[in-house]
Amino acid sequence: MQADVFFFWILAPLLVVSAFAVIVAKNPVHSVLFLILSFVCAAGLFLLMGAEFLAMILVVVYVGAVAVLFLFVVMLLDVDFARLRQGFVEYLPQGLLIALVVAIELIYVVSGLGPSQRAAAAATPEGMLSNSAALGEVLYTRYIYFFQAAGMILLTAMIGAIVLTLHHKPGVKRQDIGAQVARNPETAVEVRKVPSRAGI
Amino acid sequence: MGIGLGNYLTLAAIVFTIGIAGIILNHKNIIIILMSVELILLAVNINLIAFSTYSGDLTGQAFALFVLTVAAAESAIGLAILVAYYRNRGSIAVEDINSLKG
Amino acid sequence: MYQLIVFLPLLGFLVAGIFGPWIGARGAEYVTCSLLGVCFVLSWIAFVTVAGGADAHIVIGNWFTSGKLVATWALRIDTLTAVMLVVVTTVSFLVHVYSIGYMADDPSRPRFFAYLSLFTFAMLMLVTADNLAQLFFGWEGVGLMSYLLIGFWYEKPAPNAAAIKAFVVNRVGDFGFSLGIFLTYYLTGSIAFDQVFAAAPGLAGKTVHFIGFNWDAVTLACLLLFMGAMGKSAQFLLHTWLPDAMEGPTPVSALIHAATMVTAGVFMVARLSPLFEMSPVALSVVTIVGGTTAFFAATVGLVQNDIKRVVAYSTCSQLGYMFTGLGLGGYSLGIFHLFTHAFFKALLFLCAGSVITAMHHEQDMRAMGGLRKEMPITFWMMMIGSLALTGVGIPFTSIGFAGFVSKDPIIEAAFASHQFGATYAFWCVDLAAALTAFYTWRLMFMTFFGQRGDWAASLPAKADDHGHDEHGHDEHAVHESPPVMLVPLAGLALGAAFAGMAFRWFFIGGGHETFWRQSLFLGQENHLLEEMEHVPALVSLSPTLMMLAGFAVAYYMYLVDRAAPQRLADAFPALYRFLLNKWYFDELYDFLFVRPAFAIGRLFWKGGDGVIIDGFGPDGVSARVLDVARNSVRLQTGYVYHYAFAMLLGAAALTTWYLFGGVTR
Repeated sequence: MQADVFFFWILAPLLVVSAFAVIVAKNPVHSVLFLILSFVCAAGLFLLMGAEFLAMILVVVYVGAVAVLFLFVVMLLDVDFARLRQGFVEYLPQGLLIALVVAIELIYVVSGLGPSQRAAAAATPEGMLSNSAALGEVLYTRYIYFFQAAGMILLTAMIGAIVLTLHHKPGVKRQDIGAQVARNPETAVEVRKVPSRAGI
Repeated sequence: MGIGLGNYLTLAAIVFTIGIAGIILNHKNIIIILMSVELILLAVNINLIAFSTYSGDLTGQAFALFVLTVAAAESAIGLAILVAYYRNRGSIAVEDINSLKG
Repeated sequence: MYQLIVFLPLLGFLVAGIFGPWIGARGAEYVTCSLLGVCFVLSWIAFVTVAGGADAHIVIGNWFTSGKLVATWALRIDTLTAVMLVVVTTVSFLVHVYSIGYMADDPSRPRFFAYLSLFTFAMLMLVTADNLAQLFFGWEGVGLMSYLLIGFWYEKPAPNAAAIKAFVVNRVGDFGFSLGIFLTYYLTGSIAFDQVFAAAPGLAGKTVHFIGFNWDAVTLACLLLFMGAMGKSAQFLLHTWLPDAMEGPTPVSALIHAATMVTAGVFMVARLSPLFEMSPVALSVVTIVGGTTAFFAATVGLVQNDIKRVVAYSTCSQLGYMFTGLGLGGYSLGIFHLFTHAFFKALLFLCAGSVITAMHHEQDMRAMGGLRKEMPITFWMMMIGSLALTGVGIPFTSIGFAGFVSKDPIIEAAFASHQFGATYAFWCVDLAAALTAFYTWRLMFMTFFGQRGDWAASLPAKADDHGHDEHGHDEHAVHESPPVMLVPLAGLALGAAFAGMAFRWFFIGGGHETFWRQSLFLGQENHLLEEMEHVPALVSLSPTLMMLAGFAVAYYMYLVDRAAPQRLADAFPALYRFLLNKWYFDELYDFLFVRPAFAIGRLFWKGGDGVIIDGFGPDGVSARVLDVARNSVRLQTGYVYHYAFAMLLGAAALTTWYLFGGVTR
């Protein structure tokens, strides 16, 4: 238990601080890096709670793909961030007010649940499956439709991303499969009578 | 003092709030907005896992998996749109993006 | 036979109205005139049959039954009906034939003949009605046809205005008439004449509470019903529409505003004689109104310059005579005068139409003069009509033109009666006889004697309308009318000359009881016809004296000393203007009723309809929609972060509300 508490009280504040840093950092690359740090802290917290599979997935997908994507885009776009920072103080009071209101309400709701409700059932009892196996058991049976739907979503996203950003350079020779397949002999082939030894 | 559900939930609430504040404060910077959305989704995931753990039901974790999936897809598309927009306009100054004005 | 008489004109209307474009104007003329010719013959046969003693009651069908209120379509044929049938069909037929000539140049002839036939149908329904509802149907029908025919030339503004005026003033009378019908039903439980007349004696002494007063029931009913007659027959106070009705074609004036529609009121009072005899007060009112009208209209007719308007006021005046006769209790006197008046007044109107056509639609008498050499037949026809109207005859006998035979008894009866208001009425009608003679001979002298242009000095300058000529020759030549117009004149002249003498014995003479039988009811104290015989000789002589006096004055002023009229007018300018402007009734009514009505209408239109109903209704709603939309648009800035803010605000608000709204508690 002590390790639990110890790691929680390291990871949780770190998460909060890095999340805060994400939004106030001047340099967007720093923002992305702090976002990565947030994800890693969250992954650690998931581990603490016993959701190993999701912790690893968090690292692989979020950090490895999404955050890297963010980094690419930040580097790709030549943006005048100084100008963009101007809007920061514009809505500062309203933003803080709403944030505070939301925070107070949420905490008010959850404060009814005490700290020692049920100890984290982190350890896997004997005879039980590991977290990944258990998740797999549930995912491919009860939630198979959602699983398939998630797959569809990913497919759509992939196609969408390609469609949005694919940019054919003009002048580049490439195959047009449709035209190739639609060829017919009348236009493609020309039969000529060639006398022998004469050539075309 | 053990770590209970309330701790995790409070943590998630704080991260959620930070995400919201990030959207409001950085409204001119689209990339930071997208990152704030990621923070919000992260807070939601923490909530889901916490409830899943403390009620012994794996549904929360399955749901968190799907949230992850969708978040990834959404940020991919969002960034693709941003790139396409940048290609067309040459800047991502949000105040110029008001073609939806009614 | 009676159904044929009533419904053949309707058939004529349908054929001419619906098939007018196919059969053409000539076809419409032939159809309507021949159908009316059949009606004319049949109605004289009916007259002889009924006079011989054969009343009839023919039920055609049921109109409506509502609880105890039953109205049927039924024809009630008694002597009164037969007299009216003859009057209506004779004049209508002759007017139809005359119109063939008069309206020869008009492009809408089928419509005209269709309207004339429909009018005849409505009038016949009125006179053959067996109950008040059917009478009212005919009443409204003739009112409608009057509107349509006055406004026949609807492209011009004056006929339109005149038609509306006629209809609206009639409506005022009809309002009273409707109330009278309702009251009659309330008192007797029925609107069929048989039941009403049977119940009438039992109503004596009953009172009814109305607008805060207790009235004698029968008196109130009769007064309300008489209000309808006042409107329809252009009596004093509701007379303003009749002169304006001259905007319609002259055959219309002859048929509707001389012989038939305006006499509907007279007919109605005679038909309801059982009711009126129960109420001496109502009868006195009728007498007084009739006498006043007779005098008033004659005074206005003295100074009018439009030939048709002189005859129109003459009609108004003579209707006053008829009502005087009715009011005194001499229903047969009134109806006899109606009978003869139809002939000579229609004759006068049609002659005036002949003159107007010959003068190329010039109606002002001051532009006329010396026409007797150019239009001899019209002149002699009009002379016969004038002799009839002024009442030329041999006193103390029954020998004379129609007006003499029918008008003088009314004057004698006014003297003989002991009714309240009879003496007043006597002086009115006696003096009116002099005035009648004056304006009639004034018309004759100005139009037919002297030279053209004798009176033109006082003509107002008006726009040249020489381009109007369609006769293909010198527009100042005046020629006689074609035979198709002259033959009806001859027919009417025959009636004007001899109808009085021929029918006197039946209507008011010795044979009147066997003639009228039950159709005219006389109360027990009504001995007017006997008392009439015993008036002093001077009274019997006075109408003739008055007539001669009027003739003499007119002769002096219009043949001998032609400057006299102008001198007289200059000597009494205010009186002259007062008479010329019809006692300023039009101006008075305009001030009292028309202007306030328009103001109220404008208030309801602009204020009520425009501001309130439209403002809160469609216009208001659409304006609010625009306002709301315009303000809602401001929410759509196009900036996604604004939308995100809105979502966040909404989420925060929802959370707060659920938190404190007790949903989760």
